[in-house]
Amino acid sequence: MTNLLNSILVIVLMLNLFALGTSRIVSVIRTVSIQGVLLGLLPLLSHGHLSLTAFLAILPTIALKGVVIPGMMTHALRDVKIKREVEPLIGLQPTVILGALGTVFALLFADQLPLATQHAGALIVPTAIATVLTGFILLITRFKALTQVMGYLVLENGIFIFGMLLVEAMPLVVEMGVLLDLFVAIFVICIIVNQINQAFSSLDTRRLVSLKE
Amino acid sequence: MIDTVLHVVVLLLLPPLLLGVITKIKAWFAGRVGAPVLQPYYDLAKLMRRGLVLSTTTTWMFRAGPIVTLATVLLAGLLIPIGAADAPVAFAGDLILFAYLFGLARFFTTSAALDTGSAFEGMGSAREVTFACLSEPALFFALMVLAKISGSISLTSMLHAPASTLSAGVAAPLVLIGIGLFIVLLAETCRIPVDDPTTHLELTMIHEAMVLDHSGPLFSVILYASAVKLFVLGTVLLHVIVPFEFGRAWLDWPLYVVEILGLAAVIGVVESIMARLQMRHVPYLLVGAMLFCGFGFILLIR
Amino acid sequence: MNVLTFLLAAIALLGLSGLPACLLSPRSSTGQHIATGMMAAGSLLGLACLAAVLAGHAAPALSWSWRIPQSLFAVGVDPVSILFLFPVFIVPLLGSVYGLSYWKQAEHPANGQRVGLFYGVLAGGMALVVIARDGVLFLIAWELMAIAAYFAATAEDDKPEVRRAGWIYLIATHIGTLCLLALFAYWRYVTGSFFLESGRVIPVEEASVMFVLALVGFGFKAGLMPLHVWLPGAHANAPSHVSAVMSGVMLKMGVYGIVRTTALLTSGAAWWGPAVLAVGAFTSVAGIAFAIGQRDLKRLLAYSSIENVGIIAMGLGLALIGRFQGCAAWVLLGLGGALLHVWNHSLFKSLLFFNAGAIIHAAGTREIDRMGGLAKRLPVVMALFAVGAVAICALPPLNGFASEWLIYVGLFRTLGGGAETGTPAAALAAVALAMTGALAVACFVKVLGAVFLGAPRSEAAEHAHAPAATMVAPMAVLACGCAGIGFFPLLTMPLLESAARMWTGHAELGAIAGLVPVRQLTVAGFALAAFVGAVALILKMALRQQTVRTGLTWDCGYARPTGRMEYTGSSFGDSLVNLTTFLLRPKKFRTSLRGLFPRPSGFKSLVPDTVLDRLVTPVFKAVGQALPRLRVLQQGQTHVYVLYILIIMIVLLVWGSMGS
Repeated sequence: MTNLLNSILVIVLMLNLFALGTSRIVSVIRTVSIQGVLLGLLPLLSHGHLSLTAFLAILPTIALKGVVIPGMMTHALRDVKIKREVEPLIGLQPTVILGALGTVFALLFADQLPLATQHAGALIVPTAIATVLTGFILLITRFKALTQVMGYLVLENGIFIFGMLLVEAMPLVVEMGVLLDLFVAIFVICIIVNQINQAFSSLDTRRLVSLKE
Repeated sequence: MIDTVLHVVVLLLLPPLLLGVITKIKAWFAGRVGAPVLQPYYDLAKLMRRGLVLSTTTTWMFRAGPIVTLATVLLAGLLIPIGAADAPVAFAGDLILFAYLFGLARFFTTSAALDTGSAFEGMGSAREVTFACLSEPALFFALMVLAKISGSISLTSMLHAPASTLSAGVAAPLVLIGIGLFIVLLAETCRIPVDDPTTHLELTMIHEAMVLDHSGPLFSVILYASAVKLFVLGTVLLHVIVPFEFGRAWLDWPLYVVEILGLAAVIGVVESIMARLQMRHVPYLLVGAMLFCGFGFILLIR
Repeated sequence: MNVLTFLLAAIALLGLSGLPACLLSPRSSTGQHIATGMMAAGSLLGLACLAAVLAGHAAPALSWSWRIPQSLFAVGVDPVSILFLFPVFIVPLLGSVYGLSYWKQAEHPANGQRVGLFYGVLAGGMALVVIARDGVLFLIAWELMAIAAYFAATAEDDKPEVRRAGWIYLIATHIGTLCLLALFAYWRYVTGSFFLESGRVIPVEEASVMFVLALVGFGFKAGLMPLHVWLPGAHANAPSHVSAVMSGVMLKMGVYGIVRTTALLTSGAAWWGPAVLAVGAFTSVAGIAFAIGQRDLKRLLAYSSIENVGIIAMGLGLALIGRFQGCAAWVLLGLGGALLHVWNHSLFKSLLFFNAGAIIHAAGTREIDRMGGLAKRLPVVMALFAVGAVAICALPPLNGFASEWLIYVGLFRTLGGGAETGTPAAALAAVALAMTGALAVACFVKVLGAVFLGAPRSEAAEHAHAPAATMVAPMAVLACGCAGIGFFPLLTMPLLESAARMWTGHAELGAIAGLVPVRQLTVAGFALAAFVGAVALILKMALRQQTVRTGLTWDCGYARPTGRMEYTGSSFGDSLVNLTTFLLRPKKFRTSLRGLFPRPSGFKSLVPDTVLDRLVTPVFKAVGQALPRLRVLQQGQTHVYVLYILIIMIVLLVWGSMGS
């Protein structure tokens, strides 16, 4: 089991770097949705057996992260003219290198933390930290609103992975609450993206500086 | 009992004589014969027989000014001991009443002056209150010295103390406050070098300007009140600078009369040999008085 | 039957008196009448309770538990509280009656209800402050009082200077409240609970810390210099009946706080008394010096309040010296004089503020130099103002003299002699008090002369109208109070003595009348009245046979005298202002006259508040200019903010891992 877990986590790590490296917004949406689906399947794999609660936890996660949210994003993307991240803060290759450095840092750092023995060998903690860092990097270095939303989703995924450490203890209600939280956040963000587009005729978030007093 | 009656009689009758003596001395210095020494009495009587002219701008305050002034200085006169006798009214803490009675007089005099709506009176009143702010601290320093020497806070005991407890440690402070009190006396009674009582130029007046519009009986009340004020403050000063007494009433009363007339003569001499100070230098003089009395106090508590 | 419950009911009546008016229409006058009625009911009930306690009824302290942790709703009355409650039950009621004509709700629909509501809350809050026995309850009542005063004072907040004055007041009172928070927190730390009861033994260093906190915190409210910066603006710009309550009663709450704190901290240090004495002396002299330079009538009265608070502080300082040295006479005289001055000041300062309201109402301006000659048109107001002015200058025979006399005698007694060892330096405060007295005479002759006497200086002053009866009646009541205490100060002695006993914690201190013959003041007062009457009678008899003519004032032969030529208030005070330039720093603006036919020129002088203009405002401005440099952190770009979060997160991770 651990091997399968670790393999999926490695795929997640790779997806992180891919999200950092692409400039097409549609690709980023797809990458993040695949990452979300994969992570949604993880509880199944870590438990090893299919209980009802696990099933109830997995299904909404996959539905939301794999179908609903990417659908909403693509819908919001329709009215936007420029479908590429044209000028990020630092170039795409440097961003990928930064992401890779972050992953290495996460791996090294995780060894220092005092973890419980059953989690010590697995890649859960390093992946979580790396995913969180990737999310932050996306948020900081991208200027299109939709890409920033993707960064937020990656951040959510990273925190979800952290939650894997507690998966035996995580009650269903909390899980549902987190999903609802996510859904509402995305919903609101889509509305805001629409407003930004209407106000500035572009999704460049640097235009928001004019709102500063 | 006899002392009280004598006190009241002297308080009521003697003050105008002081004014006459001062005028006579000034006349001698000027080489003139001068008016008779009893002239102020004749002037007061004549003014009482005159009619009154009131300005249309004035209110009841104009008439209240002289009335309150005379009442307060007479009451203050009852608080001080004359010569070796005790004051008719004496109680612990009466020194504050004494000082503040003069404040009450000043309040009503200056208000009566402002009542006429004339710029001259305004000027005189402004100067009067300004100089009072500088002479009050000097007066209080002197009172504190006397209180410390006598160990009491009643004017009778305080003013008799220099005569009874004359010693080396006490003489220096007494001399200092004597000088200070003399300057305060000149300031409060508006004599040269603070104010010229015989000037005719309104812009240079202090006390004279304040009474410019008073006439007839009101003016006589004012003149009389200023004479009584000179008398009262002069008596206080005498206790400090000539603290001698014989111990026998029939000697002390005449001694006192001689002393007060001597003081009037000294004031006359000072008025004749000095010129009136420039108005902007008067505060320095008063601050000097304050410093004299202050040093006297510090010498005493050292 | 616990009198305290009735007292609480009275306070509730006071506090809620403005509420019914808010439920009615803004223009109706019924609401205002209801408010005055409720305030009258509350005040009379409160005064009856105080009389009952003084007559000997038991009033044990009450305490209920309430939701706030570790504190109780604890109230109680003792002689000090009773003394401070009298002004609270008298002055707001009179102000409410005054407000019936002065601030008619029908004429002020925008803020009439608000003023009425917060006026009531202010009165109720002050009463609650005085009876509170728990630190948290005290702070709550204190804040109620302060905030209610803010809203009541900034009634005309469409004017920018009113808003500015309100801001300064709010900042100052909250700095004071911060100090008080620290004080009560420290009290709890030292004694273990918020309950305020005296008799605990507290080490001197901790007591000194609490003393300093109390002096600063309560000093802001009382108006000790240099913490007075809010006073002139707030009192000048508030409606006159609110100014009267603020000046007459709210400042005393600051004094009450200091008295209560020093009563709780019975073990004092040697420097407490001289420090308070020095602060008081400086405050009184500087306060009245500033007052002389003012051109605005209410600002002048506000500075005069500062002067009187200084005098009260001098008495308190003397009492502290006496307590430390164990000299009962100084305690009795100092504290007795200070507490009597609390009463006296609330009487004559409220009288003067009511007067000021009537004057401003009549003349339409607050500038003294635009009034003049109002005595002919408002004779009753002038007579009452004269009473107030004589009282505030502490001239015999009125009440100001009685309280200052006690303080003077106390200060003179510190010179020693007899059985008492001396602290001669304290006597120097007597000289400061003397200078204050002389300056006060100058100041109030200036006001009386410039406002009422002489000829009118402006059109508005010529056509001034007399105020209504409901404005004059409260003034008359206060004037009677001034005369009553002035002529019969002996009546107040028992309460002052029991307050002093409670303050020092000693059972026996003796009587004030045993130290100084208070009865003589009554005799002196009547003697003065008799002398005045006698002289007046003599004059009348002399004038009976004479003619009395009227004419014009001597104008040196000038053909066309006008009212503008007479001495103005600023000219009157000018020489004194010039003597104190180092403190007052007056600003004079004049255009110079050049050539043979110069053009019309002007002159303007003003005396701004030195501490506010030279110290507080520049510091605030400098801080205001330095802080925007931090604006560079506020980029407006979301990326930068997320970057901040990331940086903090990494720092915390590294720090946490290093720590473990």
